[in-house]
Amino acid sequence: MMRAVLPLPRVSLMVFVLWAVITNAASFGLLVLGAILAIVIPLLSRNFWPTPRPLLRPWRGLRFLGLFALDIITANWRVARQIIGPLHRLAPAFVEVPLDLRDPFIATLLGSIVSLTPGTVSIHVDQQRWVLLVHALDAPDPQALIDEIKERYERALKEIFAC
Amino acid sequence: MLNAAIEIAFVLIAAALALNLYRLLIGPDTTDRILALDTLGINSIALLVLYGVSKNSTAYFEVALLLALLGFVGTVALCKFLLRGDISE
Amino acid sequence: MSTATELIISTLIVLGALFVLLGSVGLARLPDFFMRLHGPTKATTMGVGATLLASAIFFSVQDRGVSLHELAPLFFLFITAPVTAHLLAKAALHRKSSGDTSGQAAQASEHEPGQH
Repeated sequence: MMRAVLPLPRVSLMVFVLWAVITNAASFGLLVLGAILAIVIPLLSRNFWPTPRPLLRPWRGLRFLGLFALDIITANWRVARQIIGPLHRLAPAFVEVPLDLRDPFIATLLGSIVSLTPGTVSIHVDQQRWVLLVHALDAPDPQALIDEIKERYERALKEIFAC
Repeated sequence: MLNAAIEIAFVLIAAALALNLYRLLIGPDTTDRILALDTLGINSIALLVLYGVSKNSTAYFEVALLLALLGFVGTVALCKFLLRGDISE
Repeated sequence: MSTATELIISTLIVLGALFVLLGSVGLARLPDFFMRLHGPTKATTMGVGATLLASAIFFSVQDRGVSLHELAPLFFLFITAPVTAHLLAKAALHRKSSGDTSGQAAQASEHEPGQH
């Protein structure tokens, strides 16, 4: 019964919260409309979603989100200094990060996280060789960058989603 | 104090828009121009939100949201054209 | 509005505008396309984020109740910035590997008269 009405509970929750935020949760009627949308949209778009991975450790996930927010801020200080500072001292480089995870969705998530944090933009996820191609604004030591990405983000994602 | 802060922010963002325009004009490649256009769109979101704060009106918020959506879709479409346009050659 | 909240909002606004400017400085100043990609994806996103946050606080302390709807574009921008950067980088790599001339040929054929 539950499965039939809410095939994708996380998507439904997301739709509902987003609706409440956009409309500022102004009235009860709008919330009811949001609930209807949260049921109808997943039912209609069920076939387009990838099979969801079980979220094994939600609290670890929340802590990771906090760490990620702090990283975004420090990343911006670093990039800001590099942009204003002397350009000839920068050492831009393409770096290939070998991945341990084997899930396309989680790999995409990792790519997005890498794009928003310290001096790196992810360019391509190679799903044959499972390599993440990254461009770094300033990477005098590529191996250190690879270790940082794997230690800091990939391991956390693997723990949270259990893959 | 708030008014002074908003005035300063307007000047800073206007300078940012001028820099984006400079990159849009000199290129050199099409991807640079798309990036400049995308940044121009995002910067104008900041400008709109600030204008809403200075006029104490929430009406500009919807415009900002729409601009964010359309800017993203436009950029994706242009990138896809670059990728596909070459493939179909 | 108390002085403390006004101070917080003003700081967020000026910081946000500063980061927006920094992103554009990076876009105009850095020498290579892939380096230019860094400014707008990080600095600009965070700058606009700070501005939206300031707006959310500003409208929440007016007496019209909590204003959360600024969070929607904030969330949206943080999700789309990496996607845009990724697609642009892919397009740039593609044009580089297939040679710049073929890209221009594709554009030129778009404008050719008598094709429609």
